[in-house]
Amino acid sequence: MASSSSSHLPASVFNPRRHVGVHAERVSDVASTEFPGHYPGEDHSWNLAKFKENLKVSVKRLSQRSVEFDLVGVDASIANAFRRIMLSEVPTIAIEDVFVFNNTSVIHDEILSHRLGLIPLNVDPRLFEFRQDIPLDRNTLVFRLNVTCERIKKASKDGPQYINEYVRSGDLEWVPQGEQESVFASNPPAATNKDIVIAKLRPGQTIEMELHAIKGVGKEHAKWSPVATATYRLHPLILLNPSKPVPPHLAQKFASCFSSGVVKVSPDGQVSIDDRHLRKETMSREVLRHKEFEGCVELKRIRDWFIFSVESEGPYTPESLFPEAIKVMRGKIASIREAAEALLADSHDLGAAPAASSGPDADGDVEMDGA
Amino acid sequence: MSSQPGNNYGNSYNNAAPSYGGAQPRQEMSYLCADCGSSNEIKPREPIRCRQCGHRIMYKKRTNRMVQFEAR
Repeated sequence: MASSSSSHLPASVFNPRRHVGVHAERVSDVASTEFPGHYPGEDHSWNLAKFKENLKVSVKRLSQRSVEFDLVGVDASIANAFRRIMLSEVPTIAIEDVFVFNNTSVIHDEILSHRLGLIPLNVDPRLFEFRQDIPLDRNTLVFRLNVTCERIKKASKDGPQYINEYVRSGDLEWVPQGEQESVFASNPPAATNKDIVIAKLRPGQTIEMELHAIKGVGKEHAKWSPVATATYRLHPLILLNPSKPVPPHLAQKFASCFSSGVVKVSPDGQVSIDDRHLRKETMSREVLRHKEFEGCVELKRIRDWFIFSVESEGPYTPESLFPEAIKVMRGKIASIREAAEALLADSHDLGAAPAASSGPDADGDVEMDGA
Repeated sequence: MSSQPGNNYGNSYNNAAPSYGGAQPRQEMSYLCADCGSSNEIKPREPIRCRQCGHRIMYKKRTNRMVQFEAR
């Protein structure tokens, strides 16, 4: 099919093997076909040099809280693994234990505790260990929440009438334990957002509690998830059919079937695709509803071009979340490798001395007698 | 969800809590008036009546023992 001559996309994007078809009521060619043995005479065995050549990562947009980046040249299983790791296995610190000494507010202790747990804290989890059983200064942060609402004695009529009418996340006071005072001197632990309303009080109501924050991962509870969202979508592709151009009098209607900026209309009514804005296309498939555009256009997605969108809501900067996910993934691979090597060593041992000892092996497995 | 002190790490906070029905002299219990909200100390065998407004309905205050919750 056609491609515009002044394309911003690499030519390999137009390789039909990389395309997922998007039709009115279904998608086609979802699975990749470039695996060994599928195409006769082609070598698709995994090759590091080839993988390196195809792999591309580039940041497209970066703000204080979010990042959009492209990951090109990997299988969906890898991209999805990174997405899932960012959601549920990159550790953060969150409040876990709540010790309530007094709470006369209208919000129940249980609800209040749940709300406190969900507050994102600005503490770098790399400075902490996972708590095993005993709380120590290396694994637990202590906060106090001591708030009493009172009427302001000489309040002006249109000003605030009470102090501490709203309990906010900024009211959490950090209580340093042990060596924490010096470790966190430059960046005292607190909520990333100090304006989260935790509870509302009336005069005379009081909240007094101690909070213990520990390190955890999102798969145990979503409060430890470092991201607000981590999603990806496949890069859209719109292919115009050169043998059936869009009639000039319908060019504006054609353009309005797509996201703004995606289709350019020249003064004489010729339509073309603006590759720079192609990623904005929502793939609404509106164009497929109109009979007059039948056969003019094909909608595709590029199977191995992932547009990630990640919003950070914790201590990590948005651009550092993906590298953290890679670290977690490498840790997993390392443990599989260790187990596989232990298995290998095990089988060598068995070959040398068939009568294995009953003690545990390097991987902790015990050989049963007569097995 | 919640657990009373003595289950987990709560032990260290127990010292602040008064013991139930001990042999020590009963300390005065203070109650809140349902009408005016003022705090009243009521001794045994005394009429239940607010000193400020004369209302006869009183609320018991929340315990000052620690209660532990999981933030989940």
